[in-house]
Amino acid sequence: MNKLNFLKPDRENITTYLYSGLFLLFIALFDVILSSFFKIDITSFLPNSISFLLPLVLGIIGFHLIRIEFSGIKNLDLLNKNINTNTFNAVLTLLIIFALIKSIPPVLSWSIIDANIAGDTKEACTGSGACWTYIKIWLNRFIYGMYPNELQWRINISFILLIALAFIGLIPSEKIRKFLTLYYVVIYPIIAFILIYYLISGGSLGLEWVETGAWGGLSLTFIVSFFCLIFCFPVGMFLALGRRSVLPIIRYISVGFIEFWRGVPLITVLFMSSVMFPMFLPEDFFMDKLVRVIIAISLFEAAYVAEVIRGGLQALPRGQYDAAKSLGMGYWKMHIFVILPQALKLVIPGIANTFLALVKDTPLIFVVGLLEIVGMLNLAKTNPKWLGFAMEGYVFAAIIFWIICYAMSRYSQNLELKYKTER
Amino acid sequence: MMSDPIIKIENMNKWFGDFQVLKDINLSVEKNKKIVVCGPSGSGKSTLIRCINRLEEHQKGTIIVDGTELTENTKNIEAIRAEVGMVFQQFNLFPHLSILDNCTLAPIWVKKMPKKDAEELAMKQLEQVQIVDQAKKYPGQLSGGQQQRCALARALCMEPKIMLFDEPTSALDPEMIKEVLDAMVNLAKAGMTMIVVTHEMGFAKEVADEVIFMDEGMIVEKAETKDFFANPKNDRTKLFLSQIL
Repeated sequence: MNKLNFLKPDRENITTYLYSGLFLLFIALFDVILSSFFKIDITSFLPNSISFLLPLVLGIIGFHLIRIEFSGIKNLDLLNKNINTNTFNAVLTLLIIFALIKSIPPVLSWSIIDANIAGDTKEACTGSGACWTYIKIWLNRFIYGMYPNELQWRINISFILLIALAFIGLIPSEKIRKFLTLYYVVIYPIIAFILIYYLISGGSLGLEWVETGAWGGLSLTFIVSFFCLIFCFPVGMFLALGRRSVLPIIRYISVGFIEFWRGVPLITVLFMSSVMFPMFLPEDFFMDKLVRVIIAISLFEAAYVAEVIRGGLQALPRGQYDAAKSLGMGYWKMHIFVILPQALKLVIPGIANTFLALVKDTPLIFVVGLLEIVGMLNLAKTNPKWLGFAMEGYVFAAIIFWIICYAMSRYSQNLELKYKTER
Repeated sequence: MMSDPIIKIENMNKWFGDFQVLKDINLSVEKNKKIVVCGPSGSGKSTLIRCINRLEEHQKGTIIVDGTELTENTKNIEAIRAEVGMVFQQFNLFPHLSILDNCTLAPIWVKKMPKKDAEELAMKQLEQVQIVDQAKKYPGQLSGGQQQRCALARALCMEPKIMLFDEPTSALDPEMIKEVLDAMVNLAKAGMTMIVVTHEMGFAKEVADEVIFMDEGMIVEKAETKDFFANPKNDRTKLFLSQIL
């Protein structure tokens, strides 16, 4: 048996190095897990600072011992290549693992172990953790806002119908497929508008009128996001084309529009839309607050969408324009069939970015008194009966927003794959 | 037999900013003639043929294509472009469309041809250039030579009266040049009116009726193919030929 050289592990005595290294790593992890989950310090007999650093030191030695080049063991080589290339990376790896282990117990205890969900008053929350009772009691308001309870079926039916109608594209029929673009771009939004106008807003067909000020919560988040996304995209597309137009008037108008909307903060735009805008309108002309807000956000985001799309247009080689022109296509045919399909495909990630930002900007509509989910949350947290549960509310809202945005992000990735035609 | 020229260029001048790229170009091309344009790079060959379907605007002089003068009138320009096909150095296929869709796009939307007829025509043209088995693929999946032949088929699907070629083989690997030239020779033999900018002198000798030599934006020499190669008159032409042959 060769002499062991602990400064330079090699393949000769791989078993010895491997087992001693893994043993040290195990001790290090064991110590951290025990101390963070069960508050047991097995090295308490040592001075404080040494006891604190011991897992790290053991871990470093352990990683050093298993750092054997070309060991022939697949997983070990993989480990060495990716997270254990040198002592510095080993330290980083250990610190990250320790941080993860240390952070699990407090999160678990706050959100589950010490949390309460039973009961329906603040007094039911006796544990030191989260008070999910608060979310449970207010859930209805978080979803529907101030919409009257007995009329909420109208929102439910509208949304279920819209979700069902959104899946029409999955019908694998050639006849329907031809009209899908038209359906999603024009017909679907119109159906959505009609449903919202007649069913959610009411006021005709024997349905009681519910003013938009009473709408709120998650349903309002969806309504505002949906219409803003639908409106800002075509407007942005035309602005992008306008900015590249050869006609100076169109170009200057587009540039001016884009730079104006990009230059002002959304919160002032919303404020203007509700306070200043009505002053310029004739006395008897009434436009609902929600409509004004949707227009304002759409125009604001359209400026961003325009610049994203312009990036895609500029990325296309001039040869594509030449080829389309040489086949006798005019401006619109060239753009609809050749330029825009390619440019839009290129900017899917950028558009997704803008759309995610739009969804996360919707809480700002609180400045005009519309309370979507975060707005309702702020209202609820100042309710005298339920003071002190802001944390639960914000965690809840964060989770909801994350789910929405992650879904959108995945969808955009699917689109990218779907339209990928390169090898 | 003399027939009316299908392309007639008179005293045409063009500037890029202050730089004059084309100087007093006079050229007339009769129907079914094959013209090869050669010359050193930067001599304005590509610009000349790009002016013929107004991918570039000329500033002075007149260009008349098939009886229509090229002016600002966009309707005229689109009509002319529909009957003047063009093949580019970089192929310029539409990468988001399949080979078949590349060929049928313009016939369907510009010439309002029914989809079925357009597809039939496209398949016929793709067969001519021998890539009919690639019809369902996307341009990115094809070799350079195949892409250029598809570009040729795409232009032919518009059933043009004139074909313009802008250095069609310059971006190709040597072993692919032949397959593209063969397709062009076949087209020439079928009687197409062609203007070809190329450095392939073998092709010029085989199919061209006339060869034009350009330098510094001017047509330096214009002669029948045999004369052009046998006894070039201008010194610059001689020098160019001695370098390229």
